[in-house]
Amino acid sequence: MNELNLKFGFRDNFLEGVRQPEELEQFVKTCGQQAEIDAQNLRHKEINDLIRDTAKRQIKHIILRNVCGHRYIGTRLSNSEGETVKIDVYNYAGNDLGVFLDGHHINVYGNAQDGVGNTMNSGEIVVHGKAADVAAMSMRGGKVFIRDNVGYRAAIHMKEYKDKVPVLVIGGTAQDFFGEYMAGGKVILLGLNLKEGEMHRANYIGTGMHGGVIYLRGNVKDSQLGKEVGIRPLDEEDKEIVEKYVKEYCSHFNCDPGEILNSEFKKLLPVSSRPYGKIYAY
Amino acid sequence: MYSHLLPEFVVERREDRCIRCRACERQCPNGVHVYDSDLDTMFSLEENCVGCQRCAVICPTNALSVRHHPAEYRKNSSWTRDRFQNLKKQAETGGVVLTGSGNDKSYRIYWDHLVLNASQVTNPSIDPLREPMELKTFIGRKPDTLKINMEDGEPRVESELHPNLELETPIVFSAMSYGAISYRAYKSLARAAKESGTLFNTGEGGLPAEMRAEFGSNAVVQCASGRFGVDKDYLNSAAMLEIKIGQGAKPGIGGHLPGEKVAEHIAVTRMIPRGTDALSPAPQHDIYSIEDLSMLIYALKEATNYEKPVSVKVAAVHNVAAIASGIVRAGADIVAIDGLRGGTGAAPLATRDNVGIPMELALAAVDKRLRDEGIRNKCSILAASGIRCSSDVIKAIALGADAVYIGTAALVAMGCTLCQKCYTGKCAWGICTQDPYLVKRLNPEISTQRLVNLLSGWSHEIKEMLGGMGINAVESLRGNREHLRGIGLQEWELNTLGVKGAGE
Repeated sequence: MNELNLKFGFRDNFLEGVRQPEELEQFVKTCGQQAEIDAQNLRHKEINDLIRDTAKRQIKHIILRNVCGHRYIGTRLSNSEGETVKIDVYNYAGNDLGVFLDGHHINVYGNAQDGVGNTMNSGEIVVHGKAADVAAMSMRGGKVFIRDNVGYRAAIHMKEYKDKVPVLVIGGTAQDFFGEYMAGGKVILLGLNLKEGEMHRANYIGTGMHGGVIYLRGNVKDSQLGKEVGIRPLDEEDKEIVEKYVKEYCSHFNCDPGEILNSEFKKLLPVSSRPYGKIYAY
Repeated sequence: MYSHLLPEFVVERREDRCIRCRACERQCPNGVHVYDSDLDTMFSLEENCVGCQRCAVICPTNALSVRHHPAEYRKNSSWTRDRFQNLKKQAETGGVVLTGSGNDKSYRIYWDHLVLNASQVTNPSIDPLREPMELKTFIGRKPDTLKINMEDGEPRVESELHPNLELETPIVFSAMSYGAISYRAYKSLARAAKESGTLFNTGEGGLPAEMRAEFGSNAVVQCASGRFGVDKDYLNSAAMLEIKIGQGAKPGIGGHLPGEKVAEHIAVTRMIPRGTDALSPAPQHDIYSIEDLSMLIYALKEATNYEKPVSVKVAAVHNVAAIASGIVRAGADIVAIDGLRGGTGAAPLATRDNVGIPMELALAAVDKRLRDEGIRNKCSILAASGIRCSSDVIKAIALGADAVYIGTAALVAMGCTLCQKCYTGKCAWGICTQDPYLVKRLNPEISTQRLVNLLSGWSHEIKEMLGGMGINAVESLRGNREHLRGIGLQEWELNTLGVKGAGE
């Protein structure tokens, strides 16, 4: 740092004081194909350096202990050889968990913060807890399962192309702007923690939606939906999709799919693939 | 069609020259020229004419001239013809008036009020034809201090260095996405950047997979609010990453690429279904603060293993200097500032013409603020909008830019005539269209060459002017406002620009 930096307090909170991976070997315990990393005293970049180096040593299962807000877990792992890694996170994953994730599997045994699966490409994230805002934002592939609630703007601008369709399953309920700007993908909102007759709380559901589908268990008023969304009953194909992913959800979180599938689902669809095609004077 | 509008242009056809070859009819995408075989006569539907001049240039006998239509409303300084016409369009449709390319209003162009210095007597000028002249520019974060150790008589840099990009000339092609412009135009920019040792910017429409190996090392790839085509391979194929927060032509609003333009190859590049609108939200919804911006900057660095510089592009707005300081503190290696006259493929007219501030003032303010705070070395500044010629480039550098982005100038080099109808997708010059019939008009070899020529011509001119000032490296001019003087500017303008008035 030069003198001016001191004077004006320039700090790089992210990179300052980051140690080299060689200095961090004490935090990794390897046992065959499995490695355990203690995140207690590690910075964001340090833990990701260690995950990358560990994965390079052909270790396919990494357990992270004492995680507390560490960001970008799994992001730096490449998938050029198509070999995926399984990461178990205890307890609290930080922001942007698995942002740009490419094919790897992440289990979080605790809650996750903002941006779970942000712009994720493929792979799977399972959160045994709740997730904060913008979960699955701009997700383009892979699957995300959240056991409990999600925050604001979940599934915003998810997209799909041909057979690359992202899936987001949420066990609890969601906050406002759920599925905003959705351009593709499948989202299932189960509302399992809602009491009998209790409505979902989100407003502006699917505002600006122009692709994809939301399957919603439980009730919403029309006034909670964005202008660009319509409600339809499920057809046979929809039911198969819901059944498939609810069963997957239940296998992750040990619950009974039969009970969930017995209740009524609604299908939310965009009314147009071009919601703003007519607002301009040419 | 609109019922109460005057035609904007008049098409004059000299009957003595017209040979009824009907080239104009084939060339006009707007259906202005019509041939009547019974009468053996060409007719003009002037109300369709956008003034792109394609027919006038193509006509083999120079029989055509397209001029502003002489019809006038009663003279009125407040109610200009443009205001009349736009209001009538809105009265008829209830829509938002769209436009393309940059702001054409008469806001002061500061380049035209700044003059450069030259050496006379007290120091010698340099002739770039006979002496070395350096335009090489490095883009990215620079260390605070440079520590060099001698080992076995060899110097070694001890300081930690950050990823930097080497440009042969301080001119970079600015963001124009595949989808907004045609594949041929897009590829011409990529090829010209590669040939000239500079960069092109993919915009937010993705980088087609087949271009990555060849042109990735010259590509700036954008991560914008729509996140189109963003995956790890896309990010890692590029030389530099850019987070697009705003655009000079439409600060604060997003973009809609209409579904008609989303053809198969564009759909796969953007990873969205064919024929759906590609909607870019106004903000990036994971960025509501400087802290959030920092989160995305480091997400991109994580995804690319800290090997590539990350730029953040913002529109020049009122508090741009403070915003730029925040961007640098958030971890960006480059700050790109896009000013009031920046171009666009489509923007609401009201926004394009009224929102944002001129880049010259923003650039000077940002450079000064970062210097005052002692963090100027932590980023490079890329200045964008309204760069029309080499002297604009050199003045921008003297005001503090590391390099400039050129968009409109590059399009003009390829054939664009600024008819401002980019949003219709009917570009007669084959640039801003996806119509298979129209895109064929752009020969990629020729347009690549034209772009290379443009960069080489400007670079020569910059060298000449540098030499005239007695400077032999563009590095020595950066932020050197002693080489600028203002003419016809008020005191506050001189203060903001940080230049003296001419004669001082």
